[in-house]
Amino acid sequence: MWWDWNYAWSIVPELLRAIPITLAATLEGFVLACLLGLPMALAKRSQLRWLSWPVTAIAEFIRCTPLIIQLFFYYYALPSFGIVMSAMTTGVIGLGLHYSTYLAEVYRSGIDSVPRGQWEASRALNFSRGHTWLRIVLPQSVPPTIPVMGNYLIVMFKETPTLSAITLVELLTTAKNIGSQSFRYLEAFTLVGILFLIMSYPSAWLVRKLEVHLGRRERRAASHGR
Amino acid sequence: MQFVTPLLEGLKVNLEILVVSTLLAFLMAFLAGFGRLAKYRVVRGITLVYVEVFRGTSLLVQLFWMYFALPAMHVNVSAMAAAIIALGLNYGAYGSEVVRSCLLAVPKGQTEASIALNMTYPLRMRRIILPQAWRMMLPGFGNLQIELLKGTSLVYLITLADITYKGMILRSANISQQSLIFAWMLVIYFVVAYALVLLIRYFERRAAVGRG
Amino acid sequence: MDVKRKVEESAPPIVRYKGISKAYGDHQVLDHIDLDIRPGEKIALIGPSGSGKTTLARLLMTLEKPTSGTIEVNGEQLWHMERKGKLVEADEKHLHRVRGQIGMVFQHFNLFPHMNIIRNVMEALVHVQKLPKAEAEARSLEMLERVGLKDRTHHYPSQLSGGQKQRVAIARALVMQPRIMLFDEVTSALDPELVGEVLDVIKNVASEGEMAMMLITHEMDFARDIADRVLFTDGGRIVEQGPPEQILEHPRSERLKLFLARFRRHFGDSADVMTAVGLE
Repeated sequence: MWWDWNYAWSIVPELLRAIPITLAATLEGFVLACLLGLPMALAKRSQLRWLSWPVTAIAEFIRCTPLIIQLFFYYYALPSFGIVMSAMTTGVIGLGLHYSTYLAEVYRSGIDSVPRGQWEASRALNFSRGHTWLRIVLPQSVPPTIPVMGNYLIVMFKETPTLSAITLVELLTTAKNIGSQSFRYLEAFTLVGILFLIMSYPSAWLVRKLEVHLGRRERRAASHGR
Repeated sequence: MQFVTPLLEGLKVNLEILVVSTLLAFLMAFLAGFGRLAKYRVVRGITLVYVEVFRGTSLLVQLFWMYFALPAMHVNVSAMAAAIIALGLNYGAYGSEVVRSCLLAVPKGQTEASIALNMTYPLRMRRIILPQAWRMMLPGFGNLQIELLKGTSLVYLITLADITYKGMILRSANISQQSLIFAWMLVIYFVVAYALVLLIRYFERRAAVGRG
Repeated sequence: MDVKRKVEESAPPIVRYKGISKAYGDHQVLDHIDLDIRPGEKIALIGPSGSGKTTLARLLMTLEKPTSGTIEVNGEQLWHMERKGKLVEADEKHLHRVRGQIGMVFQHFNLFPHMNIIRNVMEALVHVQKLPKAEAEARSLEMLERVGLKDRTHHYPSQLSGGQKQRVAIARALVMQPRIMLFDEVTSALDPELVGEVLDVIKNVASEGEMAMMLITHEMDFARDIADRVLFTDGGRIVEQGPPEQILEHPRSERLKLFLARFRRHFGDSADVMTAVGLE
């Protein structure tokens, strides 16, 4: 047989020990992406061209180029400009920045989905711009984007193996190290795949549930003549 | 500019992989997209497993698995083949969701009108449903195409001499200019991505001809 | 305009529903319906929404499968076929053959948005009936002329008004020369001012054709003008049927009286008003 169950079981604990760092990179990267995405979205749809144009260009550039090369740039090139970061910090920033460009699009579609009438009603009630954004527009644009954001959280989780390229010892690197010690790659890499599946599948299922739930709430609200 | 030529040399590998794995991804997307809607439970089950496994694990893990783990089962694939298969199957799985959802998004009335005109299933798919679904698929395929392009950068990690590999070689010889080398790599990727975006827009415009 | 023709009382039916039932889970939509339609006969189905009239048409068009019972088209089983002396469920090939005698026009037109008007009408002639392209085009043009849309052949459906779309849909179904045509609330989705042009086309077709028609409608005046027989359905059954004058002027059953009275009280006797409020 190709597959050795005893060996497979013996490496599980070591693989499990790599999960916290994988999850930490995912979550920290996600929080960063959420925080950066909102101002990016606002800047992109700003009336001020000197603001919207460069932000749009930079976001497009980050979105259309591979994360791995961006990571190399931050990790290897930035120190020559005096910016030195650990692999973990670099990974979180790289991941967060890369996906902030995706989340900006999500926010933007959320904002654009707020009906014109809401803006007009706010104007008619003489709300200030800040009040309109904070109390009227954002509260309505965020809920429908939650499932999409959940999806990106899962996407980012599955992107963490890329961080192995800058020596971060996450799940994939751990598996590779295990494999190179015993020259048995099948068990280690298969287990990593299974671990990813075990963690991402229930989350994806939850997101789908949430989507259905929000869709239903949306329809109920609509039928009450919102 | 001295770095651009060797980088473009490496880019050839990426583009080769891009083209072949795109074809494979298309094939898989349509097979699995239709498979998910098949009449037979077995077919639906098998395609669902394929789609969920490839979407639920990570592309890089799949790449490593094909390259490092398959030989343990006495299946020897070249790095090139592993790259093409992993990228093709991975994006084929994502693409199948595009195919499936767009097929379902064609209004039911179109199917009913086709039945009322006595069209057979293949005819109705070919002439009525697919042309309408295809138009809806293009934006989704476009996004996946860009993701696939970016995915080709990972093949460096399974020893292929692609643009990233060339870049890393250049870097070790010219360590003082590494920022420039990395910047060039990013710019080259961006140019290719932008060319793809323009190509996709051309297809979208063509698909929209004559319709208001 | 009197469009009615004499229907052969003795001719064998073109369509025969026998003990047809349809249920969705616990919900019984049709309950043991028996109905014969003779060749060339025009019948109108009226009744409250959810009374099963549309389902009756959809079962005949093979868009939905009956839960029990049989349908014969021109003496031949539709949903069943004979195999080794036994009636078994029809396969797609059998359905394809029998279905060729039936045509349908839908409430929401269901034109093919990616094809221009002439292609919409030609499509099935070329690919289902396998006519040569030139002949198919000639016949399609002729049909479009009949519905008054000859000058729109190279437009796309999105460029037409609702009334024009529905006329194209009628031409598309007619050109296949079915023995029976189903009209499923074909004016319900139209703006009131566009209803007339569509009804005129249908009256026109009714006056010249040997084709049988099943009209599901809320246009009582239209039903009176065109139908040889009006059927009132309620709760999945045919409650009352007869000539239009009898059904619309002298209803016998309480339910039909109530149905007609409600129509008149709330909406007047005007078909336009009923369409305008989107009553089903």
